Amino acid sequence: MLRIIVCIKQVPETQEVRLDPVTHTLKREGVKAMINPFDLYALEEGLRVKEARGGKVTVLSMGPPQAEEALREALGFGADAAVLLSDRAFAGADTWATSLTLARAIEKLGGADLIFCGKQAIDGDTAQVGPEIAEHLNIPYVAWARKLTFNADDLLKVERLLDHGYDAVEVELPALITVVKEINEPRLPSFKAKLRAKKEPIPVWGLGDLGLPPEEVGLAGSFTQVVKVFPPPARGTSETWTGPPAELAARLWQRLQSLGPSVVFRK
Amino acid sequence: MDYLLTEEQQMLKDLARQIAEERIKPIRAQLDEEETFPWDIMAALAQADLCGTIIPEEYGGLGLGCLENCLVLEALAEGCVGVATTYAASFLGAYPLLLFGSEEQKQRYLPPLAKGEALSAFALTEPQAGSDAGAIQATAVKDGDFYVLNGTKQWITNAGEARFNTVIALTDRSKGARGASAFLVERSDPGVSFGKKEKKMGIRASVTREVILEDCRIPKDRLIGKEGLGFIVTMRTLDLARPGAGALAVGLAQSALDEAASFAKERHQFGVSIFSFQAVQHLLADMATKLEAARALVYAVARFIDSKPKDFSKEGAMAKLFPTDMAMAVTVDAVQVMGGHGYMREYPVEKMMRDAKILQIFEGTNQIMRNIIGLALNKEYSKKK
Ligand SMILES: Cc1cc2nc3c(=O)[nH]c(=O)nc-3n(C[C@H](O)[C@H](O)[C@H](O)COP(=O)(O)OP(=O)(O)OC[C@H]3O[C@@H](n4cnc5c(N)ncnc54)[C@H](O)[C@@H]3O)c2cc1C
Ligand SMILES: Cc1cc2nc3c(=O)[nH]c(=O)nc-3n(C[C@H](O)[C@H](O)[C@H](O)COP(=O)(O)OP(=O)(O)OC[C@H]3O[C@@H](n4cnc5c(N)ncnc54)[C@H](O)[C@@H]3O)c2cc1C
Repeated sequence: MLRIIVCIKQVPETQEVRLDPVTHTLKREGVKAMINPFDLYALEEGLRVKEARGGKVTVLSMGPPQAEEALREALGFGADAAVLLSDRAFAGADTWATSLTLARAIEKLGGADLIFCGKQAIDGDTAQVGPEIAEHLNIPYVAWARKLTFNADDLLKVERLLDHGYDAVEVELPALITVVKEINEPRLPSFKAKLRAKKEPIPVWGLGDLGLPPEEVGLAGSFTQVVKVFPPPARGTSETWTGPPAELAARLWQRLQSLGPSVVFRK
Repeated sequence: MDYLLTEEQQMLKDLARQIAEERIKPIRAQLDEEETFPWDIMAALAQADLCGTIIPEEYGGLGLGCLENCLVLEALAEGCVGVATTYAASFLGAYPLLLFGSEEQKQRYLPPLAKGEALSAFALTEPQAGSDAGAIQATAVKDGDFYVLNGTKQWITNAGEARFNTVIALTDRSKGARGASAFLVERSDPGVSFGKKEKKMGIRASVTREVILEDCRIPKDRLIGKEGLGFIVTMRTLDLARPGAGALAVGLAQSALDEAASFAKERHQFGVSIFSFQAVQHLLADMATKLEAARALVYAVARFIDSKPKDFSKEGAMAKLFPTDMAMAVTVDAVQVMGGHGYMREYPVEKMMRDAKILQIFEGTNQIMRNIIGLALNKEYSKKK
């Protein structure tokens, strides 16, 4: 009976997010939200492990009250239980404060044999929260997993996706795994699970429930602060050429040569 | 328009629509082109719990009604009518069991359908018996604890893929239509074989084959209901299924209208969007109006059926006739709005136009629908005199 916890983050649906000019944080009001795409793969993997080996999947999220929607959606895919961490005191958390809060909640849930996270969140993009949770809990982690195989009940073989090929590592449970999209194909929600999800009570835990001092969570507990967020400068201009391939190739060669030695030619 | 669906009904429709968007639309052109059976999509529908909408909960289904079935069919047909027909035809094979099956038969055959592990088929039509279903020649002769079936069923949707077929055959030739009975024939029964896959104009993801019965010997408990009930089983099954054909038409037409209207917004001629031409707007306005009328009719008849009336042959026929004629007209006009683009296989509306045609033919042609409605009217007005 594996205790599986999947951490999911609710992120804005659009890529055209607006930033608050004062706090440099995302303006989330009025923007449709969704489950961080990588976290759907984390959830799918959690469900597959449960189906293959038995266990219980709990989804966990820290966020504003509307993050409950993300948790209900996760229940609609077949997760067994959900917990929301929400408290004004958690606002403004950096990855350290976020991961500490999540780790305390995992301890309060009685710990876990396997914790799944996405590779990264598409808004914050740091890819730090997963590994940091593991550090707070003092358990091993493997990031960028693209394939899991159980070598024994408490021994996982994990393939980690790299730029060129993959690493194969073994890790003992309890462990935390962050997953990439290559690991599986997430299922569709199911009607029966969605019906259940509608009624399932989702406990909301705040600061008091986790026994954390206020100075360790949210903005107060954050070592880093976002000073400025800006779009990267445009990378020059682009041109589109059309014509017969041979002509285009010759033209391209000329242009590359005219750019001089800053262009490196590789075989 | 808001049809005051319950939250649960809306959820069901949204889920089916999500499958249409994510799993069906991206591959529908390929399924059509290659004439491939959509097993992957059936698996996705099963996983989403949608294979058992009308099957009672005690057999692993959702235990929902005709309206919910129509909502799912409509949403799936927005993706592809070929796929949606495959799904719908499986219920056609299941209705006889739901209506007249014994407890043992239901326990044996319904759970695999509800779980989506198996499909079923309904086999009535024969080479010499199309609209004239009473002309069937397939026979079932009792032999001790068995029946021995002989005959050929033609153009049977899902045949060969389905785990079981509901077959209508004559147990008493002398009685004509009253001598017909319904049987459960499994794909693996001795003496069962299937003809080649038919090459069709449309709904090419759906499979149509002959079911050939040559001294097919089946245990006598495969009889559904009693001997002689075959045509009652058939009529009641088709009455229930017809709003579903209407729902397929509504989904298909919605999809065609969406394609045509968005295209009209983008396409510019004479310096303006073609949407701004009144002639185009009038085409779209007629399409949208007929579509909404058809949807309202399908939902109304489905709700009526869910209220468990005694007889609804007329309403069932209406819920097939009007929407399917509408879908034919709307898809033809969608191609017209899009001009040459609409005629190209690169765009989805030419397929929609080909797919629409079958809806006017199967489950009783639209001429037969008018016969049924006319017959009912004749009865009603004879009483009133
Ligand atoms: C534009 C922007 C810039 C930011 N820059 C910084 C910065 O430079 N330094 C900094 O410390 N913080 C930064 N933050 C704050 C950061 O969003 C939060 O700390 C956030 O909670 C976690 O970081 P992440 O989004 O990068 O998640 P990642 O670490 O990329 O997320 C990896 C995985 O961790 C899990 N996870 C992450 N957040 C949650 C959650 N709230 N609940 C449950 N599971 C979760 C999910 O499984 C997710 O897939 C920034 C935020 C934004 C929007
Ligand atoms: C793709 C496809 C899938 C099918 N799937 C199934 C299936 O799963 N199971 C099954 O049992 N059958 C199936 N059928 C058969 C289908 O139900 C018949 O094709 C249909 O009932 C019409 O019969 P027919 O084609 O023999 O036409 P006919 O009966 O020969 O009719 C030809 C024309 O004459 C008209 N006509 C005939 N009689 C009358 C009348 N009395 N009054 C007015 N007009 C009349 C018809 O409307 C039609 O226009 C399928 C057919 C197709 C093409």
